[in-house]
Amino acid sequence: MSKAMGEVLLEANAVAKHFGGVKALRDVSLTIRRGEVYGLIGPNGAGKTTFFNCMTGLYVPDGGGFMFNGTPLVADAPHQAAERGIARTFQNIRLFGNMTALENVMVGRHVRTKAGVVGAMLHTPATRNEEAAIRQRAIDLLHYVRIEDRAEDLAKNLSYGDQRRLEIARALATEPSLLCLDEPAAGMNATETEALRDLIEGIRRDGTTILLIEHDVKLVMGLCDRVAVLDYGALVIEDVPAVVQKDQRVIEAYLGA
Amino acid sequence: MMKWLSPRSALGIALITVALVALPFVAAMGGQAWVRILNFAILYAFLALGLNIVVGLAGLLDLGYIAFYAVGAYTWALLASPHFGLHWPIWAILPFGAALACIAGVVLGSPTLKLRGDYLAIVTLGFGEIVRIFMNNLNAPVNITNGAQGITLIDPVKFGDFSFSGTSQILGISLSGPQKYYYLLVALAILVIIVNERLQNSRIGRAWQAIREDEIAAKAIGINTRNLKLLAFAMGASFGGIAGGIFSAMQGFVSPESFSLIESIMILAMVVLGGMGHIPGVILGAVLLTVLPEVLRYAVGPVQTAIFGKVLVDPESLRMLIFGLALVLVMRFKPAGLWPSPERKRDLTVKPQEVAP
Repeated sequence: MSKAMGEVLLEANAVAKHFGGVKALRDVSLTIRRGEVYGLIGPNGAGKTTFFNCMTGLYVPDGGGFMFNGTPLVADAPHQAAERGIARTFQNIRLFGNMTALENVMVGRHVRTKAGVVGAMLHTPATRNEEAAIRQRAIDLLHYVRIEDRAEDLAKNLSYGDQRRLEIARALATEPSLLCLDEPAAGMNATETEALRDLIEGIRRDGTTILLIEHDVKLVMGLCDRVAVLDYGALVIEDVPAVVQKDQRVIEAYLGA
Repeated sequence: MMKWLSPRSALGIALITVALVALPFVAAMGGQAWVRILNFAILYAFLALGLNIVVGLAGLLDLGYIAFYAVGAYTWALLASPHFGLHWPIWAILPFGAALACIAGVVLGSPTLKLRGDYLAIVTLGFGEIVRIFMNNLNAPVNITNGAQGITLIDPVKFGDFSFSGTSQILGISLSGPQKYYYLLVALAILVIIVNERLQNSRIGRAWQAIREDEIAAKAIGINTRNLKLLAFAMGASFGGIAGGIFSAMQGFVSPESFSLIESIMILAMVVLGGMGHIPGVILGAVLLTVLPEVLRYAVGPVQTAIFGKVLVDPESLRMLIFGLALVLVMRFKPAGLWPSPERKRDLTVKPQEVAP
């Protein structure tokens, strides 16, 4: 890692988004520092995924904006977010079902490679080398998330846990500096969650900052360095887990007033 | 990475080569008409492989593909016929026709970028018809396309003094015009197969497939879906343009009625029936859908006479009836196409394992 730990990586400034009369996000401001695991929690419908979608360019915020690595993120350009170094997974897994696991990860290399149509048609040495590098990197990543023996299987035939892992491998293939995981433990049993936790800690150790949306409070509190709580689209608190856990407003938001 | 061929695949390639070389002579025994049918089968395979890029790889349902074929055909017809008195050489027209078709592809593609599935199909269908109607009506006030009468006396393919029309002697073997075109078409088809194959397993090809599978996920990992969709349209259209040029030269005549909606549907049917996204399947689909109606044309009448003693049903309509029935049956019993890619086939035959959350 070239940049120092602890400096600001992503800064959200008063991000607002509404769908018709529903205010999904009300001026949410928060900062994510380099090297940390940052948790974003809140009850269903609190606006967590909307925040994700604004940040990764799938939605255009109605107000406010994001600074990433010191420069603003362009709204409405999801492919640029990936290019800048923001990768994400989806709450409802979105893999390329009819492609193999290996191909899914290879597609993830798209944004860091550059072979074009002409190179592909002429099969130039540069293209062939790049292709070999893409394949090797994808195989390495499948090893990293420990699903290398499913490399040649179609993504949609993988088990649920493996699909989650494949999605993370695909996101890592884009060489993100910020990896955003949208409820990665949803639907997992205790053993799978434990394995996922190891994987996330490994990714953090290897230098990638992680933004984690999660319902599993135990996982979030055990894993995250700092946690933000959203409720009705507004930020309730942003602090270390120990403080957040004891906050009266958080308890109310989760248990009902 | 060149790998040495195993003896078995070397033998396979040798056999296919012999078969491809011998085929026009075998077909000629049944008359030159069969060689022409053969030529059309290859030309359609070429077209279907072009469309396969758009539909099979990028997953964009294009029902107006014939428009690009028309653009290529008319480009050749106008630049190499007495109509304008122009006689450009092949190396100038073919790239020019491909480039024009490519531009047409981008022009069609850009307004449809946000459309998917059925909606895209409707818009492209409209585009195909617009091009045909244009060709039909561009004879006034300035006569460009000669309207419904079409353009005649189009130059054949020529390399220097060597013309592809008429019989000529090569190495003591007498080759008819259609036979010569056959070899030209086979060469072009091999080229387009190689290009298809390489694109499919390239960075761009994978990005197209990603868009086909899940556009939002494709965007999220950094694929510029707009540019790549336009690229797919442009590539597919260029192939259509080249095929159109050869068609024009081979026939010596073009008119708007060669580019009707049914042609677009036929080419799409070849791709779907053969096995979307799978090159050998697409070729099989093209050959079957070109040859089968012709075989039926010759068979339906005599068979009726043999069974009933007279022709009860008009062969022309019965032929299309049988053909339609065959299509329905294939889609009912082989939904992934006659020769789907191994992955897709495995997927449709083997039940995916339970994904219990």
